[in-house]
Amino acid sequence: MSVSLIDINRLRITKIREIKKESPSVKTFLFHDELCSEAKPGQFVMVWIPGVDEVPMSLSAIGPDERFSITVAKVGEATAALHKREIGDVLGIRGPYGNSFAPVSGNTMVVGGGTGLVPLAPLTEELAELHASVVFIAGAKTQNELLFLDRMTTTLSRIDERIIAVTEDGSHGVEGLATDVAEQTLEKERFDMLYTCGPEEMMYKLFLLAERYETPIQASLERLMRCAVGICGSCVIGKFRVCRDGPVFSLNQLSEVKEEFGRFGRGSTGKRVRIPS
Amino acid sequence: MTSRLVTKIAGLKLANPTMLASGILGLSGSSLRRVLDAGAGAVVTKSVGAKPREGYSNPTVVQVECGLINALGLPNPGIDYFSEEVSGAELRAPVIMSIYGFSSEGFAEVASVAAKSGVDALELNLSCPHVERTGAEIGHDAGLVADVVEKVKARVDRPVFVKLTPNVADIVEVAKAAADAGADALTAINTVRAMTIDIETTHPILANKIGGLSGAAIKPIAIRCVYEIYREVTVPIVGCGGISTWRDAVEFMLAGASAIQIGTAVAFKGLEVFRSVTEGIEAYLREKGFGSVKEIVGLAHRH
Repeated sequence: MSVSLIDINRLRITKIREIKKESPSVKTFLFHDELCSEAKPGQFVMVWIPGVDEVPMSLSAIGPDERFSITVAKVGEATAALHKREIGDVLGIRGPYGNSFAPVSGNTMVVGGGTGLVPLAPLTEELAELHASVVFIAGAKTQNELLFLDRMTTTLSRIDERIIAVTEDGSHGVEGLATDVAEQTLEKERFDMLYTCGPEEMMYKLFLLAERYETPIQASLERLMRCAVGICGSCVIGKFRVCRDGPVFSLNQLSEVKEEFGRFGRGSTGKRVRIPS
Repeated sequence: MTSRLVTKIAGLKLANPTMLASGILGLSGSSLRRVLDAGAGAVVTKSVGAKPREGYSNPTVVQVECGLINALGLPNPGIDYFSEEVSGAELRAPVIMSIYGFSSEGFAEVASVAAKSGVDALELNLSCPHVERTGAEIGHDAGLVADVVEKVKARVDRPVFVKLTPNVADIVEVAKAAADAGADALTAINTVRAMTIDIETTHPILANKIGGLSGAAIKPIAIRCVYEIYREVTVPIVGCGGISTWRDAVEFMLAGASAIQIGTAVAFKGLEVFRSVTEGIEAYLREKGFGSVKEIVGLAHRH
């Protein structure tokens, strides 16, 4: 597929076709768009809510046909406005942007926290197609924030899999942190690839585990985004632009930006700001 | 690369005549270093003012036919913070800090802090089309431009570039005023005031509604501006506006530009654009039998 950035970057106005409530604070919105239906897991779109804002969103489902979806937690003004939209309302979409997860067919571990599970869901579906072996660790603060458990159970039922749900309050599955479960698992067996997306503190811990166990990792980062085409500089971490060089980064790349990763992002003025833990 | 490409402008020595345009990737030391590593002869930072600014809400950048319209709203961390960021980065090629202010004194104040950070030159953003009371609102008034340039020159010992707005009836008048007031070089042009509206929802797309158009759409306007300025002004001109290939760069030089800046093309061509433009210029010079970039500056004026 060789679609030019000029095509990808064109703003398309598109209707909300379906809405699914995933949890009290999370909804999935389904759209039709040819370019996005051919995206790869880990890529993102810029979603324009006219009169409100434009925000980056990972794709939660990609295809078939012209379909794609985003899954959105209500966390601020833009996402609250999005949650009020109904079927038939229109939004602007541009993208898909960025690189993507590279699926491998060996022994893999997928670790997601909260809405970090969003880009990991289509990735896991690709891993299943490749007949990879998957340990899927889904973390959340509490039971009703655990996303896509049914969908992942169905997807992974065809292959060698283990699904481990982890909640901080113990309301479902294992009580504790997803990274603790990941560490226990890494102690026992070797993995060909770790995939992760979620709170940066969690991804940073996994990065340290990946270093310790000499295991390759692909982590999907989040930063303030404006242009999405690699020119405004809002989303930089070290020498990398998350929108263009990422959002998925490898062990070596993360090592290069170790001074910032897990610690600092950049605020809207461009100043470094500490990432809340 | 050969010595053919070495370009001197306003006392700065560039390994090649390509520069990163202001506003592109210029808010962190690491980003600036990466652009230099990618082959730019010099970099211009994002515009920085006295105090931090958050800029506008999204959408801040929207694509239209043949270009982008942006209204970022001058987000920047403020000159004190940014000076440390840049001096800490220890960049090896020339760094030009773009600054803005809301008055002549405001410009001079920021300029004096910027000069202490060790940057090689300053570029005065007298042409931002989407923030009130600075940029183009000063840049369309030849008298005000002269006043800003004089006050800045009185405070700093570095070369001062002045970035001009095309959103004026007569860019030559403003260019002359800047040059007469002591500008060491002129950058032409900044973006062209522009707007786009979504017909489905009837909303202007940019949060600020109006922004600045960049990219291929404005190249012929920029060429005309450089050509007109070159006829009347002797200070060197840096061409900017829609350059994405070596052909574009050469065209600007023939119109009168001693060096060129690349911005929007970084989106569509990647950072490799600096190397491809540089290599193309060199091949052109070699094939046409020119010994240096300098020999083609303003050549179109012979006809």
